[in-house]
Parts: sequence; structure tokens; C-alpha cells
Amino acid sequence: MCRLGYLDTIDVESAFGVYCTPQNRRRGAVIRPDERANLVEDDLLVAENIRCTVGDRVLFDGLSFCAHPGDLVEIRGPNGSGKSTLLRCLVGLHEPDAGNIRRTVDSLYVGHRSGICGRMSPIENLRWFAGLTNASADDESIGAALGAVGLGHARHDVCDSLSAGQQRRVSLARLLVTPAPLWILDEPLTALDDDGRDFVGELLARHCSAGRAAVCATHQVLTTAPDAPATRAVTLGP
Amino acid sequence: MRLFITQFRRDLVLAVRSRSDAANPLVFFVLATVLLGLGTGSELVPGVIWVLALFANVLAVEGVFRRDHEDGTLEQLLIHAQPLFPAVVGKLAAHWALSGLPVAVLSPVAAIMLTGTTTGIGVLVLTLCIGTPALTLLGAIGSALTVATGRGGLLVAILVLPFYVPVLIFGAGASTAAMLGDPVAFQLLALSALLAACLTAAPFAVGKALAISQEY
Repeated sequence: MCRLGYLDTIDVESAFGVYCTPQNRRRGAVIRPDERANLVEDDLLVAENIRCTVGDRVLFDGLSFCAHPGDLVEIRGPNGSGKSTLLRCLVGLHEPDAGNIRRTVDSLYVGHRSGICGRMSPIENLRWFAGLTNASADDESIGAALGAVGLGHARHDVCDSLSAGQQRRVSLARLLVTPAPLWILDEPLTALDDDGRDFVGELLARHCSAGRAAVCATHQVLTTAPDAPATRAVTLGP
Repeated sequence: MRLFITQFRRDLVLAVRSRSDAANPLVFFVLATVLLGLGTGSELVPGVIWVLALFANVLAVEGVFRRDHEDGTLEQLLIHAQPLFPAVVGKLAAHWALSGLPVAVLSPVAAIMLTGTTTGIGVLVLTLCIGTPALTLLGAIGSALTVATGRGGLLVAILVLPFYVPVLIFGAGASTAAMLGDPVAFQLLALSALLAACLTAAPFAVGKALAISQEY
């Protein structure tokens, strides 16, 4: 089975159910407080007027945006501008100083920390994750997910013995093991080779075109797939 | 229940896999009892064993969340474990099974070595079986509070030792009374009540402390 072949075999509608239809797609910058007036019911994620500070420094204030079905929201900004903090707010790990965040659907988070235990094998890690998220993933589908990220041969190796890029791939395999309509990814391309980047781009394109959404912090071009999703950029200042 | 089993199984596998980490507090317990046996008389034995079990517990529980915090699995646990309570209990149960339980199992050997008699040993094991999970639950709160600071150690001990005191008093009290042939029902009941209280309240506190630890 070729690496992308696994994805091709998933019937997206029957595997995950279609959550929403891609409508109301809008392109371009979205940091507009008046966006609230335009909120539609099928938003997967709404952030309203959120504010975060580190010590005395305000990272961002009055930041509002939303993710519609089919959206790829890119969080951009220089190092230290608060991208990761914003994502941690979105996923509920960090409480913003003001404003509120509404997630209407299940989400998956891939952060800086891999979320992969180095003393267990990829397959054990994913088995634990499937149990945690109540995903109905058996060993076969976990193996298929690992095959899809190119780690079929290393599924029983201890994760500590894998390279940084391979560990990142194990993290990304979580996205395949547990279906969730909203992905929140912090620099998903870190440590990946060209092949891995293409894979992530493909993955995002497929995810978003099925009426789901992703929020990604990145410095790179995420996807060059021909069916690239509607990209919205949230740019944080230095 | 699913979350409990998932987390329990994972942590048990991990603990068995990193045996040297899990064994450290036990080695401490064994060495300390041997040295005490050589260096002191036998009047205070149950209390001494309890104090040593308590220190072994602090040593063990201090790092219970550290690795998970470092590799990010703690983040994922906090995001996805709904509710968090059974997952925390599962994690601590696995931790206890390889720290508190072995201490309780080894304690008869220690007691016989130090006293030369078997009087009251059943009660000693029983109090340790009831008391050490309570200690683990309490210690986990301190461990969760300090996980993000990267240095638990003595800080955890200072934080949680005051809360260990009631468990120690009733545990050591019952063991000593049993050795002297006095009735122990009251201390055992009080110890069980402490465990029940810890089991219901501590996992919430641990969850809250872990959530706070993720804010930075």
C-alpha cells in the first residue's frame, strides 16, 4: 500500500460523517471585530476579543476570528508573537486574560511537545491516544495510520530511538487515528522532510475539503495541493 | 472506566519498562530498614517502618507527572480525558501498584527483621495497604502543582508532608497498638476514612493543579 493510498481508501463521508458543507467561505485577513456580526451557526471555532499577556507584555488584544467549515486558518507572526499561546488558548490549555473562545466540535491538538511517550512504541502511543479519545481504532487501523505517515516499518520501535521527524510523524498519525472536525496544529511542518511536508499539505487539503477546518501556526507555505482549502490568515504583530 | 483502564494500563507498562526508576524508592526503603535495624533497638519499629514508607512515597510520587509533562502526553490527557477524574485515578493506581504496594508487601520482612516477632504484622500490612494510597493521592497534588517548575524534590515534600501527618498518626498508631496487643479498630476506621476522603477529593485537586501547570 503506498503511503497516500491509505487516505485514498477512506470514504470520508462514511468514515467520519460530513459535519458541515463548505459554505460562506471567505478569503483574506480576518482580524475584524465586526466579524461577530457575520458569525454563522456552522462555525467550528469562534474566538471573540481575546487578549493574552505575558508578564507586562500584551501578546494580542481584541483578537477575533472564526473557522468556518472548509477553512484553513493560518496563524502567522514572528517568533515570540504569541502563536503558540493563541493555539493553547484555542484548545483550552491556557486561559486568555479576556474574551471568550467557543469550540462547537471536537478538536485535536498537535503542539510543540510531541505528546508521544519516548519509552513506548508508536503503536502503543496511538493505542493509548485512541483509548483516551474514545476512538474506535483497532490495531489494524492504527497500523494503517502509521503506514500512511511512513512509519509502517517502525511501528514497534521505541519512540526514543526514532528521529525528530519520525516522532513528528507519529504525532501527526494521531490525526488519522481519531476523527475530529477541527485540527489545531502548532508548526506541523517542523522537522519534516519534503515528502512529509507534501503529506501534511495533502492531509490538510483533504481535511478541509470535507467540510472540516484546521487552525495552523506556521512560517511556511502549508499546502500547495491543487485543491487547496480556503485560507484565512491571522497575523500577529511582534 | 475506559479512561481508567486506558491510563492504568499505559502507566503500568511504562513503570514496568523503567524498572530502575520504580525501584529507587523501594531500595531506599529496604536499605533504610536494614540500617535502622543495625543501628537502633526494636521498640519503635512500626512507627519507623511507617515513616520510611512515607519517605519512600514522597520520593516516588514526586516525579509521577514529570515525564508526561515533558513529552506533552500530559497536555493530550488534559485536552481529551473527559472527565479527567478516572484518568487521574488510573494513573495514580498504576503508580501506587509499583510504589506503595511493594512497600506494604515488603513491610513484614522489615518488621520481622527489626523485631524478631510476628505480633501485629497483619495490622501493619493492612495499615500500609490503606495508608499508602492515601499518601500517593495527597502527594500527587504536590507533584502536580510543581510539575511545571521542573524541580519537585524537596518542594513537594514540604508541600505535602503536613497533609501526610494524619495518615502517619493513624497508620503508625494502629500498627503500634497491634504490636502491643491493644485494640486497633478506631485507628483503622479513621485511616479508611482518610483514604475515602482522599480518593474522592484528591483527583479533582490533582486535575485542577495540572490544568494550572499548563498555563504559562
